[in-house]
Amino acid sequence: MTTAAGDNARIVDLAKLSRREANTVLQSYNGTSNSTLIRVLNPAGTHALACGLDAPLAVEIDGHTGYYCAGMNKHANVAVLGNAGQGVAENMMSGRVHVHGNVSQSAAATAHGGLLVVEGNAAARCGISLKGADIVVKGNVGHMSMFMAQAGCLVILGDADEALGDSIYEAAIYVRGRVKSLGADCVEKEIADRHCDQLASLLEASGCSGIDASEFRRFGSARELYNFKQENIGVY
Amino acid sequence: MSEPDWGLRESHTFDRNAIAYIRRAASTGLYRIRGFGAKRHIPNFDDLLLKGASMSRYPLEGYREKCRTSVALGTRFASKPIELAIPITIAGMSFGSLSANAKEALGRGASAAGTSTTTGDGGMTNEERRHSKTLVYQYLPSRYGMNPDDLRRADAIEVVVGQGAKPGGGGMLLGEKISKRVAEMRTLPEGIDQRSACRHPDWTGPDDLAIKILELREITNWEKPVYIKCGAARPYYDTALSVKAGADVVVIDGMQGGTAATQDVFIEHVGQPTLVAVKEAVQALIDLDMHRKVQLIVGGGIRSGADVAKALAMGADAVSIGTAALIALGDQDPAYQTEYEQLGSAAGYWEDYQSGTDPAGITTQDEQLSNRLAPEMAGKKLANYLRVLTLEVQTIARACGKSHVHNLEADDMVALTVEAAAMSGIPLAGTNWVPGT
Ligand SMILES: Cc1cc2nc3c(=O)[nH]c(=O)nc-3n(C[C@H](O)[C@H](O)[C@H](O)COP(=O)(O)O)c2cc1C
Repeated sequence: MTTAAGDNARIVDLAKLSRREANTVLQSYNGTSNSTLIRVLNPAGTHALACGLDAPLAVEIDGHTGYYCAGMNKHANVAVLGNAGQGVAENMMSGRVHVHGNVSQSAAATAHGGLLVVEGNAAARCGISLKGADIVVKGNVGHMSMFMAQAGCLVILGDADEALGDSIYEAAIYVRGRVKSLGADCVEKEIADRHCDQLASLLEASGCSGIDASEFRRFGSARELYNFKQENIGVY
Repeated sequence: MSEPDWGLRESHTFDRNAIAYIRRAASTGLYRIRGFGAKRHIPNFDDLLLKGASMSRYPLEGYREKCRTSVALGTRFASKPIELAIPITIAGMSFGSLSANAKEALGRGASAAGTSTTTGDGGMTNEERRHSKTLVYQYLPSRYGMNPDDLRRADAIEVVVGQGAKPGGGGMLLGEKISKRVAEMRTLPEGIDQRSACRHPDWTGPDDLAIKILELREITNWEKPVYIKCGAARPYYDTALSVKAGADVVVIDGMQGGTAATQDVFIEHVGQPTLVAVKEAVQALIDLDMHRKVQLIVGGGIRSGADVAKALAMGADAVSIGTAALIALGDQDPAYQTEYEQLGSAAGYWEDYQSGTDPAGITTQDEQLSNRLAPEMAGKKLANYLRVLTLEVQTIARACGKSHVHNLEADDMVALTVEAAAMSGIPLAGTNWVPGT
């Protein structure tokens, strides 16, 4: 077993270990400052893989994952060298999850902190009920993305499908491509310097070079539905 | 209210409640949102009677022979099931809807009586963790304050699909109650109306839920019992699908169930009575050969030891109480009559849990009001109340010849009305008739 960063990667092979055994190995570092690199082989769409981590490990998953990969992540740096199923990085608290393929619905749902980077596309409800994390999707996002998002940020390099930002609270959305339609109470907003800075740092953190913050439009809450009023009944 | 004169005839159709409702709607243009539970009459446990013992059944000696009350929850999959001394649990009520003092009092009372309390839509506070020996952590659609550390320091996890007062409705906390602390815990601005989601953000349906539960178990090392709580919409299928999704414990809440803030029309008109909920849930467990393997907790309008005994006799493993626990803490206290009146209500009628103006200091975030509730004293009252319920269940169980309250059975009861017989599956007294079978 290796214990320090830079040592040879430790291998966790799902062809030989059960999900419980694999997660037990990964979670055995919880509460430590261990940053070992662990390679997970043969994930074959396994659900709930690398969830509940709480150490700055580097985990590289060599293939596709099922639902809730890296769920509730704290501190860990999880890379999926494939596609990820529903709810990847759901309720992430901190750390980083990097998916090299596409992600299914509800990516980073309710995530409080950390960064999710998606090289491909994200399906519906990306960033639903987001609570402070950042998400960068290099492709397109599906409908109802950032539904009821409370805090945090979604950066979309491609297009956004219908009802983007429906019932959004204090979260921010940046879109470089087209927006099919905005959801209830979501409006376009001006981009100030501090927004450009936020955007630039997220683009840099997610490895997007040669893309300028000025190419994006910003969306957020009109704050019209924050209190229940009779005038708004038509919106519901 | 003065007595109407002889000769004045009140309409049954347009009675004073109906008239007040129309007048209110006409003047505000908004539906009423309120707390408490359904106020209409619904067939309930009062419509059942226990038979007791005589020639064909031997009773146990009241003060000498033991009648046990313990219950183990989560024996199906969890490596650390919960052991409670009594089969009466405290239902999930959020910090936000309740003051921090009220949450602490619930923890103190429940712990003293040997039972569990439950978090709510708003996350876990340190006060309630510290004062609750056994704490169930709710996993709700809103996921306010949800984090893996709290998940791990909980004793059990309750996935909330719905609650009896509003099966199919999301949480609601009006701006009046969103103090700085509540807002921070929920990651939302102060003073806004919080309409929490009615569906979970990352799963839909029992097949997905099974995977969600798998994740929760993986994160908590398969130690914690996982409950699924549903409002009684279609209790037979709600229960069966909860079992399929991998629940250790199913919690079913009848339409009488209390709430902190819900549309009045929802409270009074949606969901099924608790009697129906118990019957159908037990039937589903029996049909799946899961009765007593997956435990059943039933809530919604439980007030007395008699209610508890009847729920257990119908096949529940435990009950949960919300409103009754608040009343035990001091809700509806006649000592606050003048203040209730100033708010347009009266002790015994108070239902404005949503307003944050609670004279008893329980359903509020106002510091001055919440300081009225002394957690230690209120906790003692709750513990007293729970002990009375337990003694009453034991009294009934002994009279029916049972050495454990779980030995109470449907055959120990009769129904007083045709409706209750049909809903509960207990034969009408003096007959062996269960309508609808
Ligand atoms: C003030 C208050 C707050 C509540 N908050 C929640 C909640 O956060 N989550 C939940 O599942 N149920 C909540 N409920 C419902 C209770 O958990 C429980 O289902 C109900 O109170 C049971 O019915 P009873 O009040 O008749 O005992 C709340 C109820 C009350 C009275």
